[in-house]
Amino acid sequence: MSEHAVVAEGVGKVFNAGSSDQVEALKGIDLTIGAGEFVSLIGPSGCGKSTLLRLVGDLVQPSAGRLEVNGKTPHRARLDRDYAMVFQKATLLEWRTVGKNVQLPLEIMGVDKAERERRSREFLDLVQLAEFSDHYPWQLSGGMQQRVAIARGLVFDPALLLMDEPFGALDEMTRERMQMELMDIWRRTGKTVVFVTHSIPEAVFLSTRVVVMSPRPGRITDVIDIDLTQPRTFDTRESTPYYEKMTEVREALRAAGVGVE
Amino acid sequence: MEVVEGTSRRVEARDASGRSPIPPAFRSLVWFLAILGSLMLAWELYKVVGRALEGTVPLPVRPDNKSMPHVWDILGVLFTRRLPNEPILLLVLLRESLFTFREALIGFAVGTTVGFALAIAFSQSRLLERAFMPYVVASQTVPLVAIAPIIVIWGAKIGWPVWISVSIISAYLVFFPVAINTLRGLRSPDPTAMELMRSYAAGRRDTLWKVQAPAAMPFIFSALKISATASVVGALVGELPSSLNQGLGRALLSFMYTFITGPEKLFAAILVASVLSMSFVGAIATAEHYVLRNRRGSR
Ligand SMILES: Nc1ncnc2c1ncn2[C@@H]1O[C@H](COP(=O)(O)OP(=O)(O)O)[C@@H](O)[C@H]1O
Ligand SMILES: [Mg+2]
Repeated sequence: MSEHAVVAEGVGKVFNAGSSDQVEALKGIDLTIGAGEFVSLIGPSGCGKSTLLRLVGDLVQPSAGRLEVNGKTPHRARLDRDYAMVFQKATLLEWRTVGKNVQLPLEIMGVDKAERERRSREFLDLVQLAEFSDHYPWQLSGGMQQRVAIARGLVFDPALLLMDEPFGALDEMTRERMQMELMDIWRRTGKTVVFVTHSIPEAVFLSTRVVVMSPRPGRITDVIDIDLTQPRTFDTRESTPYYEKMTEVREALRAAGVGVE
Repeated sequence: MEVVEGTSRRVEARDASGRSPIPPAFRSLVWFLAILGSLMLAWELYKVVGRALEGTVPLPVRPDNKSMPHVWDILGVLFTRRLPNEPILLLVLLRESLFTFREALIGFAVGTTVGFALAIAFSQSRLLERAFMPYVVASQTVPLVAIAPIIVIWGAKIGWPVWISVSIISAYLVFFPVAINTLRGLRSPDPTAMELMRSYAAGRRDTLWKVQAPAAMPFIFSALKISATASVVGALVGELPSSLNQGLGRALLSFMYTFITGPEKLFAAILVASVLSMSFVGAIATAEHYVLRNRRGSR
């Protein structure tokens, strides 16, 4: 495996090229993400964060430039099940129990039943939902559903986690708790995480690097190293370096002509 | 905090499953009887009011016992024999119903199979849908009463037993709602669910069986309930132009000819026919309840 999880060189994406509703969603994206990094993409709505994530995940095709995921084409990486996606909506299948939802990717990948059950137990345990295995998704709160979605993402041991505003729909308290849990999981599993967010505190708290983007056309305007000490804890949120980094990201967004959220 | 959230949710879950659900078959039976009862009441009321008003205002149907026999006479005739060595009318009609129900059931099975096959094919290929959907829609613009005799005549030419032709007529009514609703259901999953499957590099078959088909289930069941009634209608109408001497459709026809001498018998046959299709719908509602019992809002 290459030590770069993601390499983008001059990547561009134009939707509906040639028609009157043509949109240049991304232009000239250069970005290298190392294995094991936690990188956040931040910027206002419409700056192409989701599009960039979906390009990496081979859910849309680039119009220009070159993309590499784990040293392969995104397509190859998808076929090799190198990454998992977690969306803002948990997108659990309502007719499946929590346990069966977590097992879904394993079923598709042909893992046998005993192993599926063992692993779904293991990862539901990791997100502290072991006793909810036989519940149906609609019996769980939004935060719990999102944790199931994270367990479902981790259960087939992908190298890369692509998360598109996974905590965007949660209330502030649940959100902070989920951030702690995700930090914990990231440290324990050593996954590479690409994380889309609107929130400056969230980006700074979680990331090793924050990628600042601006719209029309979507592009990267700044990349900020977040060299706060690991592991990040409750105290991190109250430390001076944390506030300094938030200011730095806010300034970078303003410099990009975006203003403060 | 974690624990608090967990416990409250569990209580909620227990509540949801602890509420004893009334079996839907029972619920539809109660509804059916209630509606039947009100209709009978309205029927008798019309007769009373109609007789009082007769001659003063024009009435759509004459309220006399020849046009509208009393409810108790209709129910009563079910327990009389037409000939001394024959069973009571109720049993005769049930026997005819069984024959018709078999035709309807075969039509239902064939029609739903064709409907599912079309829906799956169309869901896999927009090209197929664009090429053949117009014909599927056009098929329903041909009135059933027009094609029923043709199918019966062709069937006879080929040498099929008549009930096969009747089942085909029934299937003709069944396949359309099944195809349309199933297709809608197969297309109903959230786009992110489809992207999720794509991100797992799932094949078409896994996506169909693990996401699209389960998502289509509520759509399929509402189609099946429509089709159950349609299959009985198709079988009844199919029997009319046939040379069959069996079946509820034939019974309806012959009671129509003898309406003057015994109007109660026609209404008795109509009653049995509606009970037949109601039971069919009830059976499907029961299956629906069972299959969808774990979905949101189902209990
Ligand atoms: N499938 C699509 N078809 C057309 N335009 C799209 C599509 N997806 C995204 N866009 C456009 O591309 C731009 C970037 O969208 P997106 O990546 O969703 O932004 P973000 O996630 O940062 O809010 C927006 O202008 C959006 O309307
Ligand atoms: Mg987005």
